[in-house]
Amino acid sequence: MSEATRRHGAHVAGLDAEAVLGRYRALVRRRVVIVAGMALVGLAAFACDLVTGPSALTPVQVIAGLLSPESLTPPQRAIVFQVRLPYALMAVLVGAALSLAGAEMQTILDNPLASPFTLGVSSAASFGAALAIVLGIGIPGLPTDWIVPINAFVFAFGSVMLLQAMAARARGSGVETVVLLGIALVFAFNALVAFVQFLSSQEALQQLVFWSMGSLSRATWGNVGVMALVLLLVAPFSWLAAGRLTSLRLGEDRARSFGVDVGRLRFATLLRVSVLAATSVAFVGTIGFVGLVGPHIARLLIGEDHRFLLPASVCSGAVVMSLASVASKTLVPGVLMPVGIVTAIVGVPVFLLLVFRKPGRA
Amino acid sequence: MMTGQNGMLEVVDLHAGYPRRKVIDGVTLPPLARGGVHALVGPNAAGKSTLMRALAGLQPASGSVRLDGEELLGLPLAAHAARVTYMPQTLPSGVGLNVLESVAGAVRASGKGQDPRTPEQRALGVLERAGILALALEGLDRLSGGQRQLVSLAQSLVREPRVLLLDEPISALDLQHQMRVMRLVRELARERGMIVLVVLHDLQIAARWADGIVMLSSGAVAATGTPAEAITPMTLARVYGVDARVERCSKGSLQIIVDDDLHTAVPRT
Ligand SMILES: Nc1ncnc2c1ncn2[C@@H]1O[C@H](COP(=O)(O)OP(=O)(O)OP(=O)(O)O)[C@@H](O)[C@H]1O
Ligand SMILES: [Mg+2]
Repeated sequence: MSEATRRHGAHVAGLDAEAVLGRYRALVRRRVVIVAGMALVGLAAFACDLVTGPSALTPVQVIAGLLSPESLTPPQRAIVFQVRLPYALMAVLVGAALSLAGAEMQTILDNPLASPFTLGVSSAASFGAALAIVLGIGIPGLPTDWIVPINAFVFAFGSVMLLQAMAARARGSGVETVVLLGIALVFAFNALVAFVQFLSSQEALQQLVFWSMGSLSRATWGNVGVMALVLLLVAPFSWLAAGRLTSLRLGEDRARSFGVDVGRLRFATLLRVSVLAATSVAFVGTIGFVGLVGPHIARLLIGEDHRFLLPASVCSGAVVMSLASVASKTLVPGVLMPVGIVTAIVGVPVFLLLVFRKPGRA
Repeated sequence: MMTGQNGMLEVVDLHAGYPRRKVIDGVTLPPLARGGVHALVGPNAAGKSTLMRALAGLQPASGSVRLDGEELLGLPLAAHAARVTYMPQTLPSGVGLNVLESVAGAVRASGKGQDPRTPEQRALGVLERAGILALALEGLDRLSGGQRQLVSLAQSLVREPRVLLLDEPISALDLQHQMRVMRLVRELARERGMIVLVVLHDLQIAARWADGIVMLSSGAVAATGTPAEAITPMTLARVYGVDARVERCSKGSLQIIVDDDLHTAVPRT
């Protein structure tokens, strides 16, 4: 349960409906403030991300350079505008997308452990990328830069559709089936990736291993733009589904009796999740735990009314990812670690903390 | 019956079940009138919940279910849900919502309709009537079993359906709350002209509060009618396998006194 509910949860005996409504409005205001606060923290983390890096640029120089690019030398300008800014924006966008995808997935599958990562979406993307890198298999007629991400996208999207199709065939609500099939997909695709690695040349192998580690260094203005567009297109539909997602938390029968077509809600949500996750993985590779931890942080702060939970998840994901990006540049001085390694290393303890804090849910 | 009657829920030859398992097998009920509370009773696994889920459009069924003359089976889920609300037997645990949010959410789930009040105002009205206004901002996970049941009832009431199907709404309640809930349900049925079908295991309560009884046994109707007609030593022996007396107490209400379990009873000598 959320901190906010807990604090307001004391019995309010002897109050009339007006007074309770007043308290509820105060609770809503508090949540709006929390979400706004998370957005500000996100902005601060983004700023930190911008001003850190291995090159010899002071934070003041970076900020001055952003305001007036003429103050920088051409190489410095290239660092700020072709490296720092797209990387930092990509971190925010990918963190937001993965966390939103995770929050929606956890609700429709009624499983706090569901995330694009745990259900095989990332593994499928890795396999798609592996095929493209090692065998050069891709969709003909595309610029070569885009073969790997597009292949990754196609496989990630396909894996979710496969999950959906198999779940539809299963009896009952199919929720447990989806989770188990997702785990089966993780193993299957990991095995396939290993097989491709086994077959590949030394050079391709190196490229492949680097790809699957998850790194922001593939961010360009082109793919940052695509990522932003995808998020802007998908998020409004998530927002519109918020009321239905909230009612699903009360149980499938109840939600259906409230007029929610749960089957359609699940399908539409999985579609959104697959687009968000597949695009993210296609551009930055495997980023574990953000899709799992982001929603949990949001839930602890806000509760499960999805009108607040979804925006809060977007913010928490952006914060976690930006901070991971900062850490990837500062943990080992002078070395830029792949951010996927950092999220995994930092994610595990955070995740364990959540598990032990909330024995009822996880 | 050529056309359906107004103000009635008519169930004719209803079949429903699960894959490879027929549960409800040709159930026909006497027309259930608006403003009335009808108790659905019967042993465990008789098919009470299955019958209710079928009536609510939550699982495939064949036959005919008419409300005010309109066939409900085959209606889109949203249209069905606008007329009939089903309160399931259980409320899931581990939900991070407070009571008010969960009840308002029942309205918000399918669009607000034309009601000028906000979902929160409607929810508070119901919580007040159910006597749990004080719990409004309490987290669902911090409620007692009985409180959860009251909240679950409020989630169904707030939708103001024409047909309300309650699956064991008082099984976790103390004596006083059992009375309060049954009184509230009956009042609301009369006020709103709602048709209430409620699963009860306590036959004494069913006899006291229901206008009519439907006794279900192994997916078929075993007895129907007024409490006095449906609850007799014969039906109790046949459906529940107990040796029982049914008597009227000095205040006129039906008393059921169970003497023995027919299956394990040792013949008296
Ligand atoms: N999802 C399901 N799949 C298969 N069979 C089911 C399912 N749900 C219930 N059944 C079976 O249908 C029969 C009727 O169950 P139902 O839940 O309708 O009984 P009930 O009268 O509500 O019992 P109780 O008083 O215990 O709640 C039982 O034999 C049960 O095993
Ligand atoms: Mg039942």
